[in-house]
Amino acid sequence: MKLDITILRYLPEQAAEPFSQTYSVPYDASTSVLDALTYIKEELDPTLSYRWSCRMAICGSCGMMINGKPILGCNVFLRDYAKTGMLIEPLAHFPVERDLIIDMESFLTHLEAVKPYLINKKAQGVQTFEPHVQTPQQMDKYQQFSNCINCGLCYSACPQFGLNPEFIGPAALTLAHRYNLDSRDQGQAERMPMINSEEGAWSCTFVGYCSEVCPKQVDPAAAVNQSKVTSATDLLLSLLGGRS
Amino acid sequence: MQQHDFDILVVGGGGAGLRASIAAAEHASDLKIGLVSKVYPMRSHTVAAEGGAAAVTLEKDSFQAHIEDTVMGSDWLAEQQVVDYFVRHAHAELVQMEHWGCPWSRKEDGSIQVRRFGGMKVERTWFAADKTGFHMLHTLYQTSLKYSQIERLDEFFVLDLVVIDDAIAGVIAIQIATGELHLIRAKSVILATGGAGRVFRFNTNGGIVTGDGMAMAYRHGVALRDMEFVQYHPTGLPGSGILITEASRGEGGIMINKDGYRYLQDYGLGPETPLGKPENKYMELGPRDKLSQAFWQEQQAGRTGRYGESDVVYLDLRHLGEKYLQERLPFICELAKAYVNVDPAREPIPVRPAVHYTMGGIMTDAQCETSIKGLYAAGECASVGLHGANRLGSNSLTELLVFGRLAGEQAAANAQTQDFASLSTMQEQLNQQQQQLAELSARDTGESWVEIKKELLITMEEGCGIYRTEAGMQKTLNTIRALQQRYKNVQVSDKSKVYNTELFMCLELGFGLDIAEATCLGALERRESRGAHQRLDEGCTSRNDEEFLRHSLVYYQGQEDARLEWQEVDTSILPPAVRAYGDAAKGAKS
Repeated sequence: MKLDITILRYLPEQAAEPFSQTYSVPYDASTSVLDALTYIKEELDPTLSYRWSCRMAICGSCGMMINGKPILGCNVFLRDYAKTGMLIEPLAHFPVERDLIIDMESFLTHLEAVKPYLINKKAQGVQTFEPHVQTPQQMDKYQQFSNCINCGLCYSACPQFGLNPEFIGPAALTLAHRYNLDSRDQGQAERMPMINSEEGAWSCTFVGYCSEVCPKQVDPAAAVNQSKVTSATDLLLSLLGGRS
Repeated sequence: MQQHDFDILVVGGGGAGLRASIAAAEHASDLKIGLVSKVYPMRSHTVAAEGGAAAVTLEKDSFQAHIEDTVMGSDWLAEQQVVDYFVRHAHAELVQMEHWGCPWSRKEDGSIQVRRFGGMKVERTWFAADKTGFHMLHTLYQTSLKYSQIERLDEFFVLDLVVIDDAIAGVIAIQIATGELHLIRAKSVILATGGAGRVFRFNTNGGIVTGDGMAMAYRHGVALRDMEFVQYHPTGLPGSGILITEASRGEGGIMINKDGYRYLQDYGLGPETPLGKPENKYMELGPRDKLSQAFWQEQQAGRTGRYGESDVVYLDLRHLGEKYLQERLPFICELAKAYVNVDPAREPIPVRPAVHYTMGGIMTDAQCETSIKGLYAAGECASVGLHGANRLGSNSLTELLVFGRLAGEQAAANAQTQDFASLSTMQEQLNQQQQQLAELSARDTGESWVEIKKELLITMEEGCGIYRTEAGMQKTLNTIRALQQRYKNVQVSDKSKVYNTELFMCLELGFGLDIAEATCLGALERRESRGAHQRLDEGCTSRNDEEFLRHSLVYYQGQEDARLEWQEVDTSILPPAVRAYGDAAKGAKS
């Protein structure tokens, strides 16, 4: 079996504008989109560029748009596109560097901005060599939100990020929420100004497409919505003259 | 060309590199630390580790027991004082990770949960569901953001080390986004570049695991040690090689052949343990080398099944039930469904061995320093002496932390006593690199790197697989050397600067060819069977301590063939004894 795959290419040193190129790729029941790209690179066109590594949907490298939907190339399969055909484009809402490679810097800046690490006295250097006690019920509160692989698909799905790249966005808000919900963490007060800010949780218009495209079922929309509740409480408390 | 100065430069942003960077930052706050990686740190292959990280935890456990398991697992080729240091520092590192937020799985009372793992006589493997490496890597990456003195150079491909008078001076790197060369000067350099599993065709590794750091150190005269020991993980998915964690067996999964028979009992791992009652060091909880070898024997006997192009056995998890599987092995359920369309709660998963881990690596002393002053190595790229001839599952995630931290501290202490090398001397080496790149880029006809790579992967599988023969290895070594010659005339079609991924794949192949030569030479010269190195030729089928209770050291010789030496092994804690599992261990002294 063969599938014609059209790829939106961009070679900044050769052409000012993106252009389409179609490749015919053999496949069987197990051929992933990433396998197809590898085939193209090794057999048809070595200039095609894309990021990849683990092949098992955990490293987060190979995000791209297929027929307009953000996906990871390694965990969707050609067999499912026999009827529809396949158009591959770089992830939406990010500047494109070359072919399917997008500029990740804004994504990383947003992640870093929410202080995504445990803030408490122990973490700041009081060395007791005992783990904290944390029950499975306490873990349940944040565990789902700790599974984000930083692939960026939710940013491509987010209409707000598309309009305003300053919006902290689903993954970063989820990560902030993950630490805020962690029973070991005492850093919520430090994270709230960012979450409360104009570019924070309130920018989200709750379209929910981020959760639909998340390859790890992290449900960023739920995290952002819960953050709004936390934020409202925090703002109210600050109006009343002090945070808890 | 751009130039940077760092007190400490860490090459590689995986578990070991991040842990080393944090350790260096904590050692002294005025040190400037560079962390250069060819991918964003969270893409590093630590992310794919599933099962867990070992440390003595339970009352009934002891340092001595962890040492015994590791040394026996290594078939007595581990450096025993290094093992001793490792087991004593393991627990503190896992607790440190907990303090940094790592979501370790817990018991009902909120304390840390440990699970069984192959070759370990007591449960001591900490885990975060079946995504332990993922959670560790993200915890380390996120924690590293707290330290403003760590400056990351993401997506920089290191081409070469700069070494002046046997001391490290820095590295030469290309910024992948621009194609621009960067001369990075550093007083200490830590290599944390991971393994080299990608020189084999069928492997569990990410595309980036190409042995770059190993090859760079090797080309500058550092020995690669014990490279012949390549770990085949017994449970990779057919086709892709995607990893199905050993924790599946730790939780009670069983291995069956095409007849539904638990064949491991026929290979010195029995007797059969009751379903749902796994027993440490029996059957499915034997070490990886033994399990992969048992697969090969079953394959020869015609008792394997078939999935696509692969001979397979089956990992049966059905008796664990859907709820338990979702709690303990959710990622395995997801992978099996996506890549072989199997729901493990209802069907056994077809699996076969796949290259997983490079036991050998850049030789370091017990403090992670190489023979080049100021050059350190940690993690899978290094051979600090922990794993010997076979690594036990869950020792390597802990290794990243224990030796990543140690390397970071050592490198920081070294940097405090050193000055930067002279830029003009470094510039000469930069010019050389620039020249070589220009030649490669100017070549319009020549050998295809894709063809060379394909031939390399096939010959490594043929000659350096689970079982090896003199003739097979010699043929593979000859092939590798012929490929190295062809590589001199290799050609890259893509001439652009921006994200020229073809160029980097070609350069990675160049590194891989040198690693392959060292691996195959070590294998050929080790005329015995030990751990993951098993031979079929006469006189070589069993362990031979008299001649080979020694590390192999392979030295690069430029245009000449590589040279091999032997190095004594430290057996100061546990004298060599019979390596046995299952009931067979009861009769054997350890």
